[in-house]
Amino acid sequence: MGDEVKLFGMWASAFSRRVELALKLKGIQYEYIEEDLSNKSDLLLKNNPVHKKVPVLVHNGNSIAESLVILEYIDETWKVNPILPQDPYARAMARFWGRFIDEKVIGTLHRAIIFEGKEQEENIKEVHKELKLLENEVKGKDFFGGDTIGYVDIVAQVVAFWVELLQEIGGLELLTKDKFSFLYEWIGKLQNIEAVNECRPPREKHLEYIRALVENAKSGSK
Amino acid sequence: MGDEVILLDFWRSIFGMRVRIALAEKGVKYEYKEEDLGNKSPLLLEMNPIHKKIPVLIHNGKPICESLIIVQYIDEVWNSKSALLPSDPYERAQARFWADYIDKKVYDAGRKVWPRKGDEMEASKKEFIEVYKVLEEELGDKPYFGGETFGYVDLALIPFYCWFYAYGTIGNVSLEAECPKLIAWAKRCMQKESVAKSLPDQRKIYGYVLEMKKKRFGSE
Repeated sequence: MGDEVKLFGMWASAFSRRVELALKLKGIQYEYIEEDLSNKSDLLLKNNPVHKKVPVLVHNGNSIAESLVILEYIDETWKVNPILPQDPYARAMARFWGRFIDEKVIGTLHRAIIFEGKEQEENIKEVHKELKLLENEVKGKDFFGGDTIGYVDIVAQVVAFWVELLQEIGGLELLTKDKFSFLYEWIGKLQNIEAVNECRPPREKHLEYIRALVENAKSGSK
Repeated sequence: MGDEVILLDFWRSIFGMRVRIALAEKGVKYEYKEEDLGNKSPLLLEMNPIHKKIPVLIHNGKPICESLIIVQYIDEVWNSKSALLPSDPYERAQARFWADYIDKKVYDAGRKVWPRKGDEMEASKKEFIEVYKVLEEELGDKPYFGGETFGYVDLALIPFYCWFYAYGTIGNVSLEAECPKLIAWAKRCMQKESVAKSLPDQRKIYGYVLEMKKKRFGSE
């Protein structure tokens, strides 16, 4: 068909990895370009002049930025293995949970690891509250998407695999089996999916990378 | 058809205005319920337990939250007229991108222009103009962001227009000089009945900001 698909990404970025996961689930061939975020390429800046961030998908010369926007574009362009449901209400709910993860959960996780003392305690409580909402959402299902992995599972990849690294780095109890048995089970099921495993950053390298980021952020914050 | 549509909203909410415009564009009959944000109704708390915010659309008893999610829902359900999103996937992605930009940048930039102690004011005003200039460039010479017809991005942005008078007078920052195309675009949008009847008068917003300023700083 002559489709040319390029993805500008970064190996440790959850936003970048979620786009890769969507492409792999749909069996789409793409060229991956790894970006050095401290020295962004001219091509990246040309393809995302507004935010200058990864990920950016370039399809036949047309660029699309912002991971959630890219996910919907991928789903609408390549109809195989749909990631969003057909029903408008179910779609609205999927979008709601995607936004919840990106606009609430990620920020709360960030604050839980960066701050210390009382503030950290408050943020950990908040993390638990938010994870509980996700727990209730996946309860009784194999995946957020139902029988098969879908949009919310792809977005929630960050919860599945990034949280346990933060736990180790911070010595925190965030997503534990006893408190979040359904989420724990869901993570187990995700790990059985080949595409998911292909999209996970290598653990040790990832752990060290995040550890360095956290230390930087802690020394930078007042 | 037996559709029951309720909108939980607040007169000043930019996000609520977006939903009002979308419903008006589609000619959907609905019941508007004004919320007292200092005393939220049991219905609101039941329908949006996670965020407890307006707007919430309740369609045949089922709630949908978050303005842009609601607007997309409206577009998908009432799909026989006035398409808000384009049909081409790439153009849809562009529309979603710009609506996301508006959500991420425009709202916060606007909040920072109200006078406050300290001299970060000049920087805030500069940022405000810069954020809108990006949109001015994106609009270009098109009548609407979506092209020939009013659509998703126009709907996402136009509610901020009712704040422009307050920005200009109390905030002391005006887009007239730097973003003439945007100003012309806004006036064009206001000619549409769906928009005009969904936005409060600019003076009413001005009055509200004045009141807030007095409360914060005393009369100046």
